[in-house]
Amino acid sequence: MKSIADIKAIRDKMQSEIILRDNSDSEAETRVVVGMATCGISAGARPVYNTLLDEVATRGLKNVKVTRSGCLGMCKLEPIVEVFVPGQEKVTYVEVNPEKAKQIIASHVVNGNVCQDYLIKE
Amino acid sequence: MRELALNILDIVENSVKAEAKNVLISVVAEDNLLTIVIKDDGKGMDEEFLKNVTDPFTTTRTTRKVGMGIPLFKMAAEMAGGEFSITSTKGVGTTVTATFVLDHIDRVPLGDLAETMVTLLNDDFPTDYLLKVSVDGNEYEFDTKELREQLDGVPVNEPEILLFVKDMINENITHIGGAKI
Repeated sequence: MKSIADIKAIRDKMQSEIILRDNSDSEAETRVVVGMATCGISAGARPVYNTLLDEVATRGLKNVKVTRSGCLGMCKLEPIVEVFVPGQEKVTYVEVNPEKAKQIIASHVVNGNVCQDYLIKE
Repeated sequence: MRELALNILDIVENSVKAEAKNVLISVVAEDNLLTIVIKDDGKGMDEEFLKNVTDPFTTTRTTRKVGMGIPLFKMAAEMAGGEFSITSTKGVGTTVTATFVLDHIDRVPLGDLAETMVTLLNDDFPTDYLLKVSVDGNEYEFDTKELREQLDGVPVNEPEILLFVKDMINENITHIGGAKI
């Protein structure tokens, strides 16, 4: 059974990585933000958030931060994911599910191609 | 909401918004009764706001005139033969308590508490959580203060760490029989 004490091994590994990262370029951080108010949660924001975390961890992406926010006022279009790439305009994805979340990481965050199909339609 | 763990996430978001430093999340299953308590030391509510807080048209949010978090949790409890209560003191904190008859046909499953905890754990919000789960007297506790101590400055929201924490909570809750709730 895992316990909190087992975290030491991961911590030691991370500590050296974080020093490297901080020395390189701390402003180059990409932020992926998931709306986590009642509307988001009931529409499935939590699995989306956790899929994003999984993808970032398994791909070993550095300088990518997954975080959460409140309601953006477009409850009907939840789950909503915003991607902030430094130096570029914010991109807002709507009605995201875990499958789309994987695609957003692979195509937008890793390869720099915005997923046009998941944006707000007119 | 399809899981009580989602209601918990939603209610705890209120605590985070109320600038709570510590939030206790207690889930106790015993004698066919499930009791969920969420207790925070946030800024609390005044009597007037508290009186109407279970009304869906009461909210602090500015983007919409409705607030469904508390009403949905209350509904989940009441439709499963349970009760809902909320107490609050301005400047001291708020406690939300919901009970559920475990074998009630309309009782929503507890769901993925580990995912809920991992979603809450974030250095952008410096709230600490104490999760206590008890199933027929078998207990598991997860304290994020202890986690932060062990991490010794490494950010808690590193995805690798969160994945570990998720697995750890899942394993332990399953071990005490929590998977069946």
